[in-house]
Amino acid sequence: MVEGVVDRSGLEASLVARRGPGFRLELSLSIPSGTTVALLGPNGAGKSTTVDVLAGLLPVESGRVTLSGVTLDEPAVGRFVPPEQRNVGVVFQDYLLFPHLTAVENVAFGLRSRRLPREQALARAADWLERIGLSDVSQRRPGELSGGQSQRVALARALVTEPDLLLLDEPLSALDVTTRARLRRDLAEHLEGFPGPRLLITHDPTEAALLAEQIHVLEEGRVTQTGSADDIRLRPRTRYAADLAGSNLLMGKASGGRVALDVFELHIPSQVEGEVLVTIRPSAISVHRRQPEGSPRNSWPTRIELIERMGERVRIRTGPPLVLTAEITEGATDALDLREGDEVWVAIKATEIGVEAGAESELS
Amino acid sequence: MTHSKPERRRPGARPPIVLIILGCLGLALFLIPLAGLLARTPWSELPRLLTGDLVTDALRLSLTTSLLATLIAAVIGVPLAWLIARVEFPGRSLVRGVVTLPLVLPPVVGGAALLFALGRRGLIGEPLAGLTGLVLPFSTSGVVLANTFVAMPFLVITVEAALRNLDHRFEAAAATLGAGRWTVLRRVTLPMIGPSLVAGLTLTWARALGEFGATITFAGNLQGRTQTLPLAVFVALESDRDTAVALSLVMVAVSLAVLVILRERWWKAL
Amino acid sequence: MAVLVMAACGGTRGGETTIAGTDTGTPLQGELLVSAAASLADVFAAIGSDFEAANPGVEVQLNLGSSASLRQQVLEGAPADVYASADTANMARLVEAGETTGDPVVFARNRMEIAVPAGNPAAITGLGDFADPRLLIGLCAEQVPCGAYALEVLGNAGVTPSVDSNEPDVRALLTKIAAGELDAGITYLTDVLSAGGGVEGLAIPEDVNVTVDYPIATLAGAPNPEIAARFVDFVFSGQGQAILDGYGFSSP
Repeated sequence: MVEGVVDRSGLEASLVARRGPGFRLELSLSIPSGTTVALLGPNGAGKSTTVDVLAGLLPVESGRVTLSGVTLDEPAVGRFVPPEQRNVGVVFQDYLLFPHLTAVENVAFGLRSRRLPREQALARAADWLERIGLSDVSQRRPGELSGGQSQRVALARALVTEPDLLLLDEPLSALDVTTRARLRRDLAEHLEGFPGPRLLITHDPTEAALLAEQIHVLEEGRVTQTGSADDIRLRPRTRYAADLAGSNLLMGKASGGRVALDVFELHIPSQVEGEVLVTIRPSAISVHRRQPEGSPRNSWPTRIELIERMGERVRIRTGPPLVLTAEITEGATDALDLREGDEVWVAIKATEIGVEAGAESELS
Repeated sequence: MTHSKPERRRPGARPPIVLIILGCLGLALFLIPLAGLLARTPWSELPRLLTGDLVTDALRLSLTTSLLATLIAAVIGVPLAWLIARVEFPGRSLVRGVVTLPLVLPPVVGGAALLFALGRRGLIGEPLAGLTGLVLPFSTSGVVLANTFVAMPFLVITVEAALRNLDHRFEAAAATLGAGRWTVLRRVTLPMIGPSLVAGLTLTWARALGEFGATITFAGNLQGRTQTLPLAVFVALESDRDTAVALSLVMVAVSLAVLVILRERWWKAL
Repeated sequence: MAVLVMAACGGTRGGETTIAGTDTGTPLQGELLVSAAASLADVFAAIGSDFEAANPGVEVQLNLGSSASLRQQVLEGAPADVYASADTANMARLVEAGETTGDPVVFARNRMEIAVPAGNPAAITGLGDFADPRLLIGLCAEQVPCGAYALEVLGNAGVTPSVDSNEPDVRALLTKIAAGELDAGITYLTDVLSAGGGVEGLAIPEDVNVTVDYPIATLAGAPNPEIAARFVDFVFSGQGQAILDGYGFSSP
């Protein structure tokens, strides 16, 4: 490849960055325009450092970051574009809305920084707020906005300047569960409408699975696994991936305390009606040799398709009628003498099943 | 729907009795001297005393010099606070200590130090006078300088604390929105520390208005040129208590008025 | 001895008190609070320590300030045993208010002198230079005795001074002269003497100079009237007068 003729309208980053004496981030990212990549990881994995590096708030130690073919940071050639000259939109964790400015002034901030006259900037910001249904709170200060409103103002503030790259740092984590589900759909729409590359930083596997085409699992400053949500769910390569990304994620239709899946029906603890998103933690699923006593309502016979030992824990993939990943202790596995191909019963307490309303069009 | 509030005392409806007693003692400490001042005020003589040259000259001089000192403190004190709060440099804690020096130093000593440094025979004052003919002692500029020296720490300390408490990620957010460093400072940093800035400026101004020791030591005492209200009060106390009391009343009235107006206009809004 | 000096001074002091105070020989015990004009600081410190040496049970505390502010303190009820003023006017105010016991007596005299920085850099020659606006001239504020005397002297000489600063007391004025920040000022002769090497004195012609009388009195509210009386006697004693002489004061 010849220098200078890189014709890639996306984000290319291959870098090493350091924060403080102890933390080192080593990362290779390639996000084509129009696609969303999620960086999934626990606290302290380097997610926010990644945001800072891409936004220009922290220079890389070595490597290179290019956006739309323009090199933003490359210490080897002494190149560094400061944040205000990069065209990167960021939705920060906790949003960081300016408390002394109204919602509309917050949205207009980026436009005014780019020398747009005050009146025009405010008009465009007001248009944005109207489009996302926040006209009535446009004159409020962040302290008077709800969590959901703040999140949408923050998103509008990042998008109104039409950035070349969109960075979302835990955009939904500060919200309560019901607001989160609703705003996740909004966010999916906005992402759909954003033409550039998008990077979603999250610790929530559901969010990553629903919003991103590709997931990088980030642990202790390194990417430990890359793939689709299914890749990670079914073949987690680390303990963390297994813990978090291994959640069973299903879609179905709920009515009368039950949810109908493709070929199966589960009892659920909520009275939600309609399309729902169902999550079941692997550790919430128990495996038995015989039909469990007291017969919990969610129990059925199946066959073990796969057994993976991960230290003291064992992950078991069950076969039809419902492919699930269960996790039990090594001791229990040995006590039951479980092997691949064995006929077993699985059981899930209804209270252990997570149900979120209105999942239509989220899982494609 | 009817309002069915449980019969419970609103939290904070009645503050603890101990706090009330101690708080009132604190207030009394301020009010008692004020009462003494008012009790000694020659009310019938007041109009004549207040319109005298001595009072009007001192009032005019005090207002101009204290406001100029506050302005200078804002122009050089805020950047100093920013540097101490935001820039890592060797000897930073020493600089922090130096800034608070005028608070610890008796003002008279501060005035003497200014004299040794910037006086006509002073370390810097002598070459300065030789080069520019500028002599600071016994001039109104000298009063402003003494006021600034003594009062600026209030601004620097207040603003520095506010800057250190400010979440710098707000400034980072502004940068990602295309704001250069100057725009960030003007549109994010300063507005966000606004209340502290106003509080610091107010304290600075109040301290400058009441400045006595450094002023009389460095700038001397001459009506219309360097005799501010506190100096006029002090000299008047020697011979003419009525004038001294009248002057003190003017000081109290001016400072109370300004502080109350500021509180209404700024601290409430922010 | 003290009685003799007292009589020689021509004071109007009641002889009885004096005799009662001096001759009994009862050892004195306690603290004596002397409010003295700032210009007496050094000499009264010396007199005080000699008095303490002569009366082992006594401790002398000096409260120094301008005569006016000390007078004000006494009027406001601050405790003091003895008041020594640098002028008769302030003392007269205390007598009027009935704050003194017996009549005040002049115990020392002083003269005014021109004070200039060592080496006289502005080449001051006399009172006439005080009218020169190009020079930096300092006086004591007219509200304090040294300022009032200075104006009197200048008035006698027919000079309208171009003043740059009215200092609150003699010490403040001398500090600025010694630092070279003021070109000249008018202070007490004794202050020029005690100011040390930084200040030089230029004599003021006798015909325009003033004589400064220092009166002393025991106070009505004295916590220790007996010691107060003995102290005043000591000031008038040969020993006391010798100390005053050593500091440049003349006997009345």
